[in-house]
Amino acid sequence: MEKFTTHTGVGVPLRRSNVDTDQIIPAVYLKRVTRTGFEDGLFAAWRGDADFVLNNPAYAGGSVLVAGPDFGTGSSREHAVWALQNYGFKAVISPRFADIFRGNSGKAGLLAAQVDEKVVQRLWDLLDAQPGATVTVDLESRTVRAGEGPDAIEDSFDIDDYTRWRLLEGLDDIGITLGHADDISAFEQQRPSWKPATL
Amino acid sequence: MGKTLAEKVWDEHVVRSTAGEPDLLYIDLHLIHEVTSPQAFDGLRLAGRTVRRPDLTLATEDHNVPTLDWDKPIADPVSRTQVETLRRNAEEFGVRLHPLGDIEQGIVHVVGPQLGLTQPGMTIVCGDSHTSTHGAFGAIAFGIGTSEVEHVLATQTLMQAKPKTMAVTVNGSLPAGVTAKDLVLTLIAHTGTGGGQGYIVEYRGQAIRELSMEARMTVCNMSIEWGAKAGMIAPDQTTFDYIEGRPEAPKGADWDAAVAHWRTLVTDDDAVFDEEIVLDASTMTPFVTWGTNPGQGVPLGASVPDPASFEDDSDRVAAENALRYMGLEAGTAMREVKVDTVFVGSCTNGRIEDLRTAAEIVKGRKVDPDTRLLVVPGSVRVRLQAEEEGLDVVFKEAGGEWRGAGCSMCLGMNPDQLTPGERSASTSNRNFEGRQGKGGRTHLVSVPVAAATAIRGTLSSPADLEPVTAPS
Ligand code: SF4
Repeated sequence: MEKFTTHTGVGVPLRRSNVDTDQIIPAVYLKRVTRTGFEDGLFAAWRGDADFVLNNPAYAGGSVLVAGPDFGTGSSREHAVWALQNYGFKAVISPRFADIFRGNSGKAGLLAAQVDEKVVQRLWDLLDAQPGATVTVDLESRTVRAGEGPDAIEDSFDIDDYTRWRLLEGLDDIGITLGHADDISAFEQQRPSWKPATL
Repeated sequence: MGKTLAEKVWDEHVVRSTAGEPDLLYIDLHLIHEVTSPQAFDGLRLAGRTVRRPDLTLATEDHNVPTLDWDKPIADPVSRTQVETLRRNAEEFGVRLHPLGDIEQGIVHVVGPQLGLTQPGMTIVCGDSHTSTHGAFGAIAFGIGTSEVEHVLATQTLMQAKPKTMAVTVNGSLPAGVTAKDLVLTLIAHTGTGGGQGYIVEYRGQAIRELSMEARMTVCNMSIEWGAKAGMIAPDQTTFDYIEGRPEAPKGADWDAAVAHWRTLVTDDDAVFDEEIVLDASTMTPFVTWGTNPGQGVPLGASVPDPASFEDDSDRVAAENALRYMGLEAGTAMREVKVDTVFVGSCTNGRIEDLRTAAEIVKGRKVDPDTRLLVVPGSVRVRLQAEEEGLDVVFKEAGGEWRGAGCSMCLGMNPDQLTPGERSASTSNRNFEGRQGKGGRTHLVSVPVAAATAIRGTLSSPADLEPVTAPS
């Protein structure tokens, strides 16, 4: 996995709460057996609407999505994270993420930055007023920054220590766990014999 | 201090615990289906890794499979590729698979319990958010993403931060005709879709104790709809009776040892939950959704709410958007909402008890001529059992369609989809925009409401139906 330290890119205001993973990528787009190419299904139901924010050329090349609370609820599909990444997003900012989505993001290397609801409101206002403005998410210092002068926004975001460390180091979880193979074998030794098996 | 049920099961599975890191948790059962596994197997192959415990892994085909012509090759080439990829991966990595046409094929969350593989005190994961269903047996069961599927395949463990615990205590008894589905829809309307976030929830109290095993699965199934990491119910005699004698259940001395352990899986009297919600079942009524998330629901006897009545800004905007999408006017009585398609099925309500309940209501009646009734058993076993009891004939005589096993119209991934603007009353678990097909409009309902709605053509409960006239 690539290391993530800090990223600055065009912010995209998604003024919606409860953006579930069926909205991020509908089920019909989940049939690929690869990890790439899912950008075609990203927000598919909304992309047909000329007023949808991703259809505004000012936000072309957007890489920091700023969404309302309860982003990524619903289905466990990691395809939602891949679709955002395949499209070019490096980070999503929201006041509240669904647990599975947050977990999937951490594994796949998409930064899920949880901020106060007021910060999202201010970012939305800024990005609406200045389409194409950039937002910086600095993982090292856990800060979000945008805008300049007296209206500049700078605030902290939440991310758990472990995910932050893994993202900063670009580490693969499986490799880390396989380093504890002895612990796993020892645990297996003491599992009760009546536990079910499939084979 | 005592421990909660969730803490007991969690602690029994910790392989390694270090300050500042998530726990490394051992996984007793890994369930797999075709949608969320191909990239995980690919990852293994690329890294030259194997499946550590194929004997703790089970695969089935459910999301993509057609419910008609299931004995023929899958018509949609992309769906077929996904299913064939699973078959190839299962073969290559030595994983047991129940493919289309197999007697144990079905929705992954129906198959596990039915085989007796789902047992109290286990940790169970699957690349599917409704894995919470298995918590009904007193297991910690939750959905994971594809990277985690790969992690479990390679290591039979997961790195997980220990969640907080919450108790949902449901006192009193459900009134006649009010089901586990109404209970959980009422709960979600109360908490909102994010209310359970970060918690393993234990459902307890008299109303929960009184539920059958299958009804308990309905409640735990929808834990994810209010954001909970997992939902659990402490195992009791109802649980043991349901498991005993199933193909993969412990036998003989193993059974006794297992039950002796399972009996310890209750929350200690002096254990403390981080959060508690108390509800009264006796006041609950049939409950239906009007919006586009499972928290947007009202009693069947109520009306479509006015967005202006929501104090919170984002709730109001969400309600306005939902009504626009759903094509509903504020103030319309829910009972007047006309429904095009009724779907009985899914991992929420596609088990044998659900089909029996639906058949009882439909028996001797006719489906409304403008409404379509689709009945889809959750597994091949459920289908065969229903056919043995003649339930298929009841549905067909009423004018309903009787299908093969699978996820079907729960999600728009197989041929069973709503067309744009089409309205459904669905016993499934999600009413998101487009969930059942692009532009489709979903009302989540219980099985009795679904069956009565099929007869009257508008959202209804069995109490609204004319009595069946005796055949002349
Ligand atoms: S029935 Fe629906 S919710 Fe259940 S596993 Fe299938 S698609 Fe998911």
